[in-house]
Amino acid sequence: MFSDIAQYFRTESLPHIWCPGCGNGTVTAALVRAIKNLQLEQNNVVIVSGIGCSSRMSGYLDFNTQHTTHGRALAFATGIKLAKPELDVFVVMGDGDCAAIGGNHLIHAARRNIDLTALVINNGIYGMTGGQSSPLTPHDRRATTMPFGNLERSFDLVELAKAAGATYGARATAYHNQLLTKLLIDAYNNHGFSLVEAVAQCPVSYGRRNQFQTPAAMVMWQKEHGIKVGQHSISGEDFYIGEIFRAEAAEFCAEYDRLRQRLQEDMPNG
Amino acid sequence: MTITPNQNTSIRINPDWCKRCGICLELCPKQVLGFNATGRVVALHPQQCIACKTCERICPDFAINVEVTEE
Amino acid sequence: MSEARLMQGNEACAAGAIAAGARFFAGYPITPSSEIAEFMAEQLPRLGGTFIQMEDEIASMAAVIGASLAGVKSLTATSGPGFSLKQENLGYAAATEVPCVIINVQRGGPSTGLPTSPAQGDVMQARWGTHGDHPIIVLSPATVQESYELVITAFNLAEEFRVPVILLLDEVVGHLRERVNLPATVQIVNRKKPEVPPERFSPYGDDHGMIPPMANFGAGYRHHVTGLVHDVNGMPTVNPALVTKFLLRLNHKLDPYLAKISLYEQILLEDAEVIVLAYGCTARAALEAVYLARSSGIKAGLFRPITLWPFPEAAFVPRQNIPIIVPEMNCGQLVGEVVKIAGRHNVYSLSRIDGELITPTQISAKISEVISRV
Repeated sequence: MFSDIAQYFRTESLPHIWCPGCGNGTVTAALVRAIKNLQLEQNNVVIVSGIGCSSRMSGYLDFNTQHTTHGRALAFATGIKLAKPELDVFVVMGDGDCAAIGGNHLIHAARRNIDLTALVINNGIYGMTGGQSSPLTPHDRRATTMPFGNLERSFDLVELAKAAGATYGARATAYHNQLLTKLLIDAYNNHGFSLVEAVAQCPVSYGRRNQFQTPAAMVMWQKEHGIKVGQHSISGEDFYIGEIFRAEAAEFCAEYDRLRQRLQEDMPNG
Repeated sequence: MTITPNQNTSIRINPDWCKRCGICLELCPKQVLGFNATGRVVALHPQQCIACKTCERICPDFAINVEVTEE
Repeated sequence: MSEARLMQGNEACAAGAIAAGARFFAGYPITPSSEIAEFMAEQLPRLGGTFIQMEDEIASMAAVIGASLAGVKSLTATSGPGFSLKQENLGYAAATEVPCVIINVQRGGPSTGLPTSPAQGDVMQARWGTHGDHPIIVLSPATVQESYELVITAFNLAEEFRVPVILLLDEVVGHLRERVNLPATVQIVNRKKPEVPPERFSPYGDDHGMIPPMANFGAGYRHHVTGLVHDVNGMPTVNPALVTKFLLRLNHKLDPYLAKISLYEQILLEDAEVIVLAYGCTARAALEAVYLARSSGIKAGLFRPITLWPFPEAAFVPRQNIPIIVPEMNCGQLVGEVVKIAGRHNVYSLSRIDGELITPTQISAKISEVISRV
């Protein structure tokens, strides 16, 4: 039993439903370690998740948790954060959930730079529904809806968030889970829209179809292909890990609150 | 606190949660963990454990707990 | 002492929502409801509230539910195309029992339809637009005054019964300007809060009867909210017995309270030899037609459902071979409910679908025609 973070779990709901070797559990523990490190008040933390394997995470965590509809977690979270800005709101999504059906809400949450910490667990596949391809499935890789290899190109999710206006972007993997915890802490401390992509393995829906013999082989693939930013140029399926961008911009809730104050002051009879 | 192999570390694996994915076995730098006769993950060589907690952090099932007890 | 003002229907909805305690609006521009958003954009920040124009109607509905979960009364407003986009999240609000108000200012449908023309074609969608069996309350004002009053009723019902409430207007009531008496005080209902300490709190517990108390996010009652079928602790379940228990409670939770929920108005029905059943903007012409008929010696009466769903069945008691005329600005939707109660041979649908209002003379002509047949 992982004693140091057990208090943050609804242990009565474990063991979880994720498949043997699935990276969701590792990423969950990394997130909880970040929350513990930040010493956030448990009653003040909100986890909003979408639909898909990774989005089942909210049910296992002992916070204010909401399991919403597919692709819409960021829009629900926007309402929660605006209505009660003092809440610490984390939004957990899968790659399909966030970048496919949820893409419109991703770019607008980033554009607004609303203070949300978005954790996108990228396993390059739709796991829950059995292995269809997603906007983050690597080119040529196989999926049930790309049986001859993925013809499409995939997003660079962190660059997409940056272009849309987010003020913090980073990436790590299940293998680099200590880095992931650190990046989540930095993401939370960035008062604005922060996106952290966690590359995680899906042995059953992705691994089996793409020549990965074991879950461990997929974790080792993360080790080999995750290249620290600035170390050297990347090619093929390599990807940068670490903090990728940071920017300064007004945070939406703070801006709106300034408006409320200003209008209150202008009121003639208060 | 320097961790030395003969440090007394307790490695507990929750059999109800462990789904035997084998990731911890591969990643343990000291080959401490392995499958026993019934295919359950156990600490085959606990004395080699250096309490780096790689296994505890990577375990997707939250099933491993490594504690270092002062001698 | 109440204050009287000349207000547009849409404006009255917004003002009523604020009077009801709403302090969060998320919406997206769409004719003919945009004035509601524009009014909220100006008024809410002045009152310490929040207005946000989201990227689409799906996001607007989601943000409204999020804000309500955080403890702030919240609403959105839209019209046909946006109402269609909101349906999935509206069903989520019904399943998670999150109070919220959705104003749908109907326009000609389907699809882009007649954006600036009135219609009543979303009546069935308001009830069954989202998938699966679910509770919902739909109110339909016929005047600007009533729009103001009913949005307050909508919030009170949403908070009391933890259900999404739809206010079904149409372009005419929405854009019409009429006198509104703004009451000095407004009776407000707030959601029931848990009375037990957190450790004994089960978010959908059954010892509260049909309507569980609601703990807002951050209030110390950490719990799980999910659109998956869930048990009394809010956790997902596929256990057939628990699924049945959840769905039966969800779909029957309003039953004990229908007298309070299913509102209606009856005019000159006692001795009526022909009944006109009309709602929303059409009820205005229907009332005029009833008076026209009376002046020409035909004893007509009006039954006006204010609550369309749940339909006021108990109050609408048809009498043996008294014909019922149901004028609607659609091809016949609520008339189906009337037929269920009064039988097919006794009910006459009167449709107008050209984007113009049904006129009193059209209805009184139908009255004369139907009376001559009896």
